[in-house]
Amino acid sequence: MEIPKSFLGYKRENGRAGTRNHVIILPVDDISNACAEAVANNIKGTIALPHSYGRLQFGADLELHFRTMIGTGKNPNVAAVIVVGIEPKWTKRIVDAIATTGKPVEGFSIEGVGDIDTIAKVSKKAQEFSMWASEKQREDCPMSDLWISVKCGESDTTSGLASNPTVGNLMDKLEPLGVHLCFGETSELTGAETVCEKRGKTPEAQAKFKKTWNDYNDFILKEATDDLSESQPTAGNIAGGLTTIEEKAFGNFQKIGGCQFIDVLEPAEEPTKGAGLYFMDTSSAAAECVTLQAAGGFNIHLFPTGQGNIIGNPIEPVIKLTANPLTAKAMSEHIDVDVSKILSREMNLSQAGDELIKSTLRVANGRLTCAEALGHKEFVMTKLYRSA
Amino acid sequence: MSNTDIIIHDEKDNVGVVVIEKITPDQDCNCWIMENDKSVSIQSKDEIPLGHKIAMSDLNEGDTILKYGHDIGKVVKNIKKGEHVHVHNVKTKKW
Repeated sequence: MEIPKSFLGYKRENGRAGTRNHVIILPVDDISNACAEAVANNIKGTIALPHSYGRLQFGADLELHFRTMIGTGKNPNVAAVIVVGIEPKWTKRIVDAIATTGKPVEGFSIEGVGDIDTIAKVSKKAQEFSMWASEKQREDCPMSDLWISVKCGESDTTSGLASNPTVGNLMDKLEPLGVHLCFGETSELTGAETVCEKRGKTPEAQAKFKKTWNDYNDFILKEATDDLSESQPTAGNIAGGLTTIEEKAFGNFQKIGGCQFIDVLEPAEEPTKGAGLYFMDTSSAAAECVTLQAAGGFNIHLFPTGQGNIIGNPIEPVIKLTANPLTAKAMSEHIDVDVSKILSREMNLSQAGDELIKSTLRVANGRLTCAEALGHKEFVMTKLYRSA
Repeated sequence: MSNTDIIIHDEKDNVGVVVIEKITPDQDCNCWIMENDKSVSIQSKDEIPLGHKIAMSDLNEGDTILKYGHDIGKVVKNIKKGEHVHVHNVKTKKW
């Protein structure tokens, strides 16, 4: 198949392009959720991104909170942002950082004003942003404007056999076109960590991966009261035939095809070394991982599943594929791309990769994913440790 | 091409994955090795569902299970060729 040269995206002020055109109401903290949700309910064309944290965090955990908030606002799938927090200082820090993209952003704080007057003020601004964004048109954008993140979930052996290698095939075909790519899931590379380390393009990238994985493993050894065999593999993984974390890891690892990663990113960190594959240090919990990747600036997500994970994200469309024929049938409303014919050998990997590229472009051009149509908007902060 | 019942990732692997809804005891199964596009056959000893693994050779306690050509765990209970391989006879080497 000849791969198309472009897709229809929304060009942003900073030169990036979005596959979506969201106006978001972003609460800085848990107690501002009610206000953000009231505004999104008032003003059509806006979405609120409620979450559970943002108070009394400190150190690296607070920095990750800011990085996630700011990165979400900066994501090119977002046309304009309103930030609402209880206090002005943290609200302003987020607004100022998002403003560097050149997109419309405004902040409001609730303290001393109260919810009702804040909702009125924010609603007026949100209406202005929503109507402004509604005039944005999709334009021709080069394939290199696609930033694709990947993460698998509810995996089974069909993931390692077919749906993950399909994603790997797409990566092998799109990497030469200057696409940014990202995989994560530090914990689920356990067992394949030395093989994965060797995929680092440079000694620096390899060393950074090794340190990241070792830090994670030290944390598990310190915190775990028992081993991880109760949660890795999960009950769903085991039902699907996966026996050990090593087996799961080698299946997981098929997602990057033959690509090498050029750098290792902190959670929610934006890549700065140009096009190519990046590894991001993330949890393997689906919603946490995709939230971090979206905050890193990725604008479309590929999610292979075996037993049928149903996750979505509020700003980054999540495309699901499965090779498990039972899942494709029983959970068809969640599956965007069915590659189960690989198992019956009616389709080869390259054909499946082509199908996935076609579906990815349709979604990039505006087709809703199953998760979007079903209203999945999981926005989940990663918390490094307890708050003060 | 005859129907494929089992897929094996790598020639070195000592397990294959069932890719039909299930195989039944004493079923003669067609296996396809992805790495080199070869076919082999095996007779199953157990009922094994879709996605679960079958032993391609006799395996003894302490042996290493190879899949994707890599070490994915150790045998903790002897396994005969054609038997179901899963959490009841294989464990991780990590913990």
